[in-house]
Amino acid sequence: MLEVTLRHRYQRDGFALDLAFTLPGNGVSAIFGPSGCGKSTLLAAIAGLLAPDEGRILLDGKVLLDTAHRLSLAPERRRCAMVFQDARLFPHLSVESNLRYGLRRAPRGTSGPALAEVVARLGIGHLLARQPRGLSGGERQRVALGRALLARPRLLLLDEPLAALDAPLRAEVLPFLAGLREFGVPMLYVTHALDEVDALADRLILLREGHLIAADTVEALALRTDLPLASRRDAGAVLACCIAAHDPARGLSRLEFPGGALLLPLRPEAPGAQVRVRIRARDVAVATHPIEGLSTQNILPATILGIDPAPQPQEVFVHLAIGPSRLLARLTRDSVDRLGLSPGRAVFAVLKAVSFDRGGTAEI
Amino acid sequence: MSFILSPEEWEAVRLSLIVATRSLAISLGPAIGVAWVLTRYRFPGRALLDALVHLPLVVPPVVVGWGLLLLFGARGPLGAPLDAWFGIRLVFTTAGATLATAVMSFPLIVRAIRLGLEGVDTGLEAAARSLGAGPLDRFVTVTLPLMAPGILAGAITAFAAGLGEFGAVITFAANVPGETQTLPLAIYAAIQTPGGEAMAARLAGIAFALAITGLLLAEFIARRMRRLLGQG
Repeated sequence: MLEVTLRHRYQRDGFALDLAFTLPGNGVSAIFGPSGCGKSTLLAAIAGLLAPDEGRILLDGKVLLDTAHRLSLAPERRRCAMVFQDARLFPHLSVESNLRYGLRRAPRGTSGPALAEVVARLGIGHLLARQPRGLSGGERQRVALGRALLARPRLLLLDEPLAALDAPLRAEVLPFLAGLREFGVPMLYVTHALDEVDALADRLILLREGHLIAADTVEALALRTDLPLASRRDAGAVLACCIAAHDPARGLSRLEFPGGALLLPLRPEAPGAQVRVRIRARDVAVATHPIEGLSTQNILPATILGIDPAPQPQEVFVHLAIGPSRLLARLTRDSVDRLGLSPGRAVFAVLKAVSFDRGGTAEI
Repeated sequence: MSFILSPEEWEAVRLSLIVATRSLAISLGPAIGVAWVLTRYRFPGRALLDALVHLPLVVPPVVVGWGLLLLFGARGPLGAPLDAWFGIRLVFTTAGATLATAVMSFPLIVRAIRLGLEGVDTGLEAAARSLGAGPLDRFVTVTLPLMAPGILAGAITAFAAGLGEFGAVITFAANVPGETQTLPLAIYAAIQTPGGEAMAARLAGIAFALAITGLLLAEFIARRMRRLLGQG
């Protein structure tokens, strides 16, 4: 469990960080917010690379920082390994020596994945003898991830590890990042990319101008229309789905979620795999009667739970219930008036497209 | 004119190499320390320390030699106890020539090492920290290897300059053949002697060759190292 209370003011520009939160000791928590919201400062303070004005940080009950008692554990003794945006591989060491750097310094008696295991999971076996300067950005970041993980940290801190990569490289590294979840090391992941949150995070901490504005599961915060998240183009509900079956002949996969199912273009995952799918609110239409002759096959019976204002004054968010699952639809006020939509009414949710955790969007 | 060196001339070459090597050996460690402090810390008196280190570069070498004489002379505040407690005499000895050379080349080494250290990305040290490396561990495994080109360049430049140190050595340690008469002092003595031009020319040729070799070697190794470290 990570307990954080922090207060810090930068002398230079007067930017202030002032927040408190508690996170359970497992899974991946994403710290999300626009640049300059203080998310990297927060991470540096937890790592010990920045000394905040005031604060108290406990990791699994161990005090890392307590300014009231003038206590601050040196970063090298916090066992919070950090992965930086710029990888920061040691240029004078081979890839293998870089990986072993953390491993060698892990306290005796700590358990964790072995070098071979991490190398296999990150697919960097063929790079071991190479020097960092010859690696691509994506390869570098994968090595940096392995190096941090092999230090057997109690908490893995990731400071926008994909932000310096272009789209193809991000798509290359993201699955490896998701694969690290298997090792069970709790992660704190700083990002300003929502697709990374969807692919990796269990929980989401939203920051704005140095303050925490919300903290909850990714699914719960995706449904909040009062947060800055709602004004994004990719705002929408997140469904935890299970791959039920593949139909290669039709090129479709069937994904089930509590209360319904979706047909999507063929997915690479094996049946039974858990996938998170973000259904963007602007891709959801609402029909009052079942319609035929529509290209999309995803027409789901739903009940209207409520109607919230959207950032655009002429638009609204319509909350839909499909069994225990929730969807958001972004409609114009005109449509709502025309169709006479109101809470409690049974309708049909028509999904025009579905965007995946890997960042791609599929027309269906 | 013969190009074969006489035993006395060889003695001067040998002495020069010994003095340059020893002066480098004693100044390298402190130079790394001073460069570290000047690069990484901000403290009152930093500018003063910086100026003090650079003093031998801007003050006439004779003045440096004289200053050393005042401090380390037989009755100097440092020279007297050194002699009384350890039996170390610096005036007229190879040790004295070594000290004078070390003081004169110190700013050169410090400057080169600082340059090397400023090129070291502190982000890499932060990364090492978060991986569990303590201060000494970090310095030895990350900082030192990355600043090695700077140290090497400084060492070779200082060595080459040390071979030719004249003013401070002759003022502090005098011109004693076999004891303090290094190459430049031997050249000076030869020029002063009627008919010594041939000797002066031979020694000057050697001094020239040593200096050029040193500088080329420094450049070559520094480039190799930079490439090895992924900086070039």
